[in-house]
Order: sequence, then structure tokens, then C-alpha cells
Amino acid sequence: MYAQMVKSEATNEDPAKLAAFQARIDAGEKIEPKEWMPEGYRKTLIRQIGQHAHSEIVGQLPEGNWITRAPTLERKAILLAKVQDEAGHGLYLYCAAETLGVSRDELTEALLSGKMKYSSIFNYPTLNWADIGAVGWLVDGAAIMNQVPLQRTSFGPYSRAMIRICKEESFHQRQGYDIMMKMAKGTPEQKAMAQDALNRFWYPSLMMFGPSDKDSVHSAQSMAWKIKINTNDELRQKFVDQTVPQAEYLGLTIPDPDLRWNEEKGGYDFSEPDWSEFFEVIKGNGPCNAERMEARQKAWDDGAWFREGLMAHARKRSAAKVAAE
Amino acid sequence: MDTVVDLDTALFEGLCRMGDSTLVLGHRVSEWCGHAPVLEEDIALANMALDLIGQTQLWLGLAGEVEGKGRDADALAFRRDVWEFRNLLLVERPNGDFGQTLMRQFLFDAWHQPMLKALEGSNDARIAEIAAKAGREVAYHLERSADLVIRLGDGTEESHKRMQTALDNLWPYTGEMLTSDETDRALAEAGIMAAPDSIRPAWESLVGEVLGEATLTAPEGAYMHKGGNQGTHSEHLGHMLATMQWLQRAYPDATW
Repeated sequence: MYAQMVKSEATNEDPAKLAAFQARIDAGEKIEPKEWMPEGYRKTLIRQIGQHAHSEIVGQLPEGNWITRAPTLERKAILLAKVQDEAGHGLYLYCAAETLGVSRDELTEALLSGKMKYSSIFNYPTLNWADIGAVGWLVDGAAIMNQVPLQRTSFGPYSRAMIRICKEESFHQRQGYDIMMKMAKGTPEQKAMAQDALNRFWYPSLMMFGPSDKDSVHSAQSMAWKIKINTNDELRQKFVDQTVPQAEYLGLTIPDPDLRWNEEKGGYDFSEPDWSEFFEVIKGNGPCNAERMEARQKAWDDGAWFREGLMAHARKRSAAKVAAE
Repeated sequence: MDTVVDLDTALFEGLCRMGDSTLVLGHRVSEWCGHAPVLEEDIALANMALDLIGQTQLWLGLAGEVEGKGRDADALAFRRDVWEFRNLLLVERPNGDFGQTLMRQFLFDAWHQPMLKALEGSNDARIAEIAAKAGREVAYHLERSADLVIRLGDGTEESHKRMQTALDNLWPYTGEMLTSDETDRALAEAGIMAAPDSIRPAWESLVGEVLGEATLTAPEGAYMHKGGNQGTHSEHLGHMLATMQWLQRAYPDATW
């Protein structure tokens, strides 16, 4: 759920073809890039996979913010490895999207022009070292909730990318929790940092699942196509149920006075995040939207001479090769 | 008059020279995280920084052991001040544009690789082992940086100009890594570490070959700065340490 609020596309195609396609999905078959697929399926997937890829790329920034200040060599190495994994996830996902007929450059331009989004969570700042723990524990934890079922998604390349990504994400989540343990069991200042991180990341993490979509027509279509596997509310509930005991173990307090166990439903009741804040963040008004986009734009603009230099050299080489033949 | 060099002190010094250079360069490279010109470069830079930080753990870990005062790699990395750092001046140069970062990497890799190769022959098994492990990683660093220097040097007019400017700016920091002082000589005579001046022929031939293919020209007769490996640094290092050591210094009682 690095992909939020992905609007699914309507499809206007031959009903017989659509029915045959749906039958394949219902039978649990994987759809491969060269096979026929409805235009709406293709477009929705491009949007969803692209948004997920962009989230991995932008997601390097809040964590990268602490690489130069990591408190030990080992923590620095772990964080570097993690951010490197994220860039790698971005790469697999862009490749998966490319199989649907859209290039990485086109997707990058759509991100920079604001036509495509990335997850709202990366517009929140990382302010103390425990935030790096909280990002692993909560943000990666929330992402895993969504990505584990997506390993069974109907589109082959996306499903295979998810299988690889999930392995690494669960490692990241454990590393994040490990930082939280150190901080929560550390000096009073460290514990205060851990609580502060939880206070700031709790509601934005709940927002990662997107607003309730139980009555959404778009979601119903995506679920029928197995592009989406669970509703946002189901995943959010699962996340809260998993996370509350972990916070208790750390001796930290979830910033929700209304949080309580509901015996009847077998899960926690909890407060909704402030959805007006979520929509503002999506619109570009989160605490770090401007900085995140500026950083990506600068990397792209400053890198132009580098990319052109490599292309020019490749052209020279192939011209020289042709001349030699 | 010959100064008598105590071998243990010299060894601690020599190990810090290796470990501080990998630490400072690893840190500089890690500053790029998320800002590289293409995704593949983000991955490659993080990978190199990771290798260099891993090598730092080994070099400084051994330095602490040799010193025998209970300091581990983290204590050496995070609790020493500027004048105690022994890294080359080259690696503390700020990142600049990507061309500057890349040229700095190449000039260092072209030294690092033959240096590690020489250290593999150390009569101290601990050093030989670290050098062998690091050498496998650095072979890739050199392959990549040399290849990119060639491609960008012989790319567009702009990429050529940027690479030439980077070379002109960084060249004066390359003399130090090929010059030996008495610590180096004592360690070399004892067969423990290799003297930097013994690396010069390998470095010059490699750099000459790559720059030639890249259509770049090394400045002639440039003044060579020195002092990094004896603890005299540029103003840049203090700012780097202020960032790097801040948490450890601000919360000295904490474990992380």
C-alpha cells in the first residue's frame, strides 16, 4: 500500500473476451505480459505498480536523512542496505510496469509533473533516530500487510516482484523493531525519542491503507481482477491487531485514548485517522511534499548530463563498431 | 637522525590510515543516497558505501585490538576528533557534482586496489585476511569507476568538461597517497604493511591508461597537498564529523 486510492479504469471490451479473462483469473491463473488483457486492467496496473515504484524511490529520502547520522557503524550499514533494497524494489517494479508498455522515463516524468502519486507516508519527516525504527516497524509493517496478499495477485510480473520484495520487507520490519527495542529499553532520552516517533507515525501509518473502500465500485473491480486482494479496512484492522501487542511489549503507548480490545469482534476498536489531513497530504500539503519533490526533481535535472554522456558514448561505440565491420 | 618508530604504535597508525579513509569515503558516498542521476547509480553508490563501511569495521576493529585500550571500531569512528583522523585528504573532498564524486572514487580505487593487493602479502595474517576480503569488493569498485570515467570523459562535450574539471580539482590530492613517511617505511620494512610509494607505478599506469581512453588530461606539475594521514585536514572533515558523531556525542551514555 505503497499504492493508495488507485482508481481503477472502466473497460469497454468484448463481453465474451472479458468473461474468458475473468474465468482465468477466477481459476487462479497468472496473466502474463504478452497475453490479452482488458485495457482497464492494464491501465489500473500501470497506475498501481507505478505508484508503488515511486513510493520506493521517494521512500529512500526520509531514511536517507539519517544515514549520515546513524549512531554506530553497524546501524549505518544496516540502514544503507535497507535503502539500497528499496532502490532495488523500485527497479523491479519499474521493470514490471515496463512489461505493460510504459517506460521508466515516462513514469518518472509523470511523478515529477505530479500526474502520478507516491504513498502519503513519505511526506512525513524523520526527526529523531527512533523514527528510523518506527519507519521499519510501522511503515514497513503496514506495507507488508498489503504486499503479502499481493504475492497472489493475478499479473505474473507483479506477483513475482512482490514475492521478492516481501522477503526483504519482513527483514526490514524486524530491523526497525530491533531499533525500537534498543530505544525503548535505553536511557530516558532514548525512550522519549521512541515514544515521540510512535506518536508522530501512528496515524500516518493507519492512513497508508487509504480511506474506507468497502462501498467503492473501483475497489470491487480491482478485487475481481485480483489486483487488490483485501479491502483497506480489513488490512487496517489486521495491522492494528498486530501492532498493539508489539507496542505494549516495548512499553510504549499508542496515541489513541479510545483504543480497546473488542472481545466480540476479536480485534481492537481504534480511532480513525484525520482523513482531512490525509487528503491535504495527497494534494501536496503534507509537511515534506515540497522537499521530497524538489529532491527528486533536482536528482533528475542534475543527472541529465550524466545520462546524456552515457548515451553519447554508447552511440560512439556502436558507430565505431559498425565502421570496423 | 633516525627516529625510532615503535611498531605497535606504527601499526595502530597504519590501520587507522586504512580504516579512516574507508570510513570517510563511505560516509561521503552515502550522502548521495536517494539523489543519484539514475536508479542504478543509487543502488551502486549504496553498495559501495556499504562495502566501505564494512571494511572500516574490520580495519578500525583491528586498530582498537592492536591499541589494546578497550576502544572498538565505533569508539574510534565516533569519539575521535579531527586531528586524530588519518584519512587521505582526497576522500574528505566534498561530493560536488556527480562527476566530482566519480573522479574522486576512481582516483581512490586506482590506489585502493593495488594497495589491498600488496597488503594481502602482509606477514600479519589478520591484515592479509582483511585485505583479501576487501580486495574482492574493491575490484568491482575500480571496474565500475574506471568504466564510468571513460564513458563520461568520452561522452558529450559537457560530460567531458565536467570530468576534466573534476580531475583538475582533485589531482592535487593524489600525491599524498603515493608518498611514504617513516611510519609507512617502518611497517613496510617489518613486512606488515605496504609503503604508499610502492603503489605509485601501479597507480600511475592504471590512471594513465584510463584517462587516455577517457580523453582526459592530468594536470602537469600540480602542487600536491599533504597531511591527511598525519592528522592535518581540510575544514571539510570537521563538518562531516559533526554530523556523523552527533548522536554518540550528544548521548554518551546510550547504546544503540
